[in-house]
Amino acid sequence: MSARFHVGDAVLVRNAWPEDGPTRVHVRTPHYVRGQRGVIDRVLGTFPNPEDLAFGRPGLPAQPLYQVRFRQRDIWPRGGGAPGDSIAADLYEHWLEPATTEQGHG
Amino acid sequence: MDDKHAPDGHDHAAHAAIEETGPSPEFLLLEQAVRELLIAKGVFTADDMRRQIDVMDSRTPAQGARIVAHAWTDPAFKRRLLADAKAAATEMDVDVKNTPELIVLENTERLHHVVVCTLCSCYPKAILGIPPAWYKSVQYRARVVKDPRGVLKEFGTELPAAVEVKVVDSTADLRYLVLPRRPPGSDKLSEAELATLVTRDCMIGVTLPAAPSATARAAASAARDRRTDAT
Repeated sequence: MSARFHVGDAVLVRNAWPEDGPTRVHVRTPHYVRGQRGVIDRVLGTFPNPEDLAFGRPGLPAQPLYQVRFRQRDIWPRGGGAPGDSIAADLYEHWLEPATTEQGHG
Repeated sequence: MDDKHAPDGHDHAAHAAIEETGPSPEFLLLEQAVRELLIAKGVFTADDMRRQIDVMDSRTPAQGARIVAHAWTDPAFKRRLLADAKAAATEMDVDVKNTPELIVLENTERLHHVVVCTLCSCYPKAILGIPPAWYKSVQYRARVVKDPRGVLKEFGTELPAAVEVKVVDSTADLRYLVLPRRPPGSDKLSEAELATLVTRDCMIGVTLPAAPSATARAAASAARDRRTDAT
């Protein structure tokens, strides 16, 4: 699978909560980034999908993986820190959607 | 025994109980059962397992310190390290075959990285060995993403507001190692001397390499003079 996003692209993390459903799931998208708007910082390559690997399935096709950077203050408006501080998580492509500059906090 | 003034001189009443305990008995039993089954079924032998533990124990932060010190003294190596960390580690005789992908994050005047794994305890073990207990603790993992400057301060690290603190959460298939900034006053040190300034914690990003002490600088300078005299 070729990467859909490029460095600098604005993305929105899906505000999905599959762990609330009836089936057991394995998810690598931390709660704190769901529904948040971020920017692609690095394109990390493709990796078998851990959400499948966790259940003994092959995890194919391999998923593009990205390092996505968020503004610390978007995620924790009351948190300490400086305005420029950031937090990055490594997220698989199926968790990301293109974002306009206005979106976020879905 | 008087709890407040124990014979070892420590004031045991002064701090909360240490919360880091070992795995729960259920997990210990599960590990033992799975291990015995894998050995019984011939997936691996007890000796394979012992050897793997030896390999793990041989990995220490000294490997990372050598890599960092080399990057500080050789700009071409630093470029290779930032472009392809596993290839650069191999160049330094660190065995990274069959280990996860690795990225080295360069700290600069304007950007400071700190690494965490909020989901479990992913860590660049191939370079640094076994992670410290605090890195795996729920407290560190929960707090460093929310209040990184507060956590850094507890490690004695205070950074100007103009420096971007970037927390890197290794949630997936990559492991991250921080390339700290070379401390001021270290320009006369040899690569081996520089490596002694690089600690595990500054390659996780919670501390900065200490500037060499005046005595270390004087000793390095005297050693250099002796080498010059000898030629």
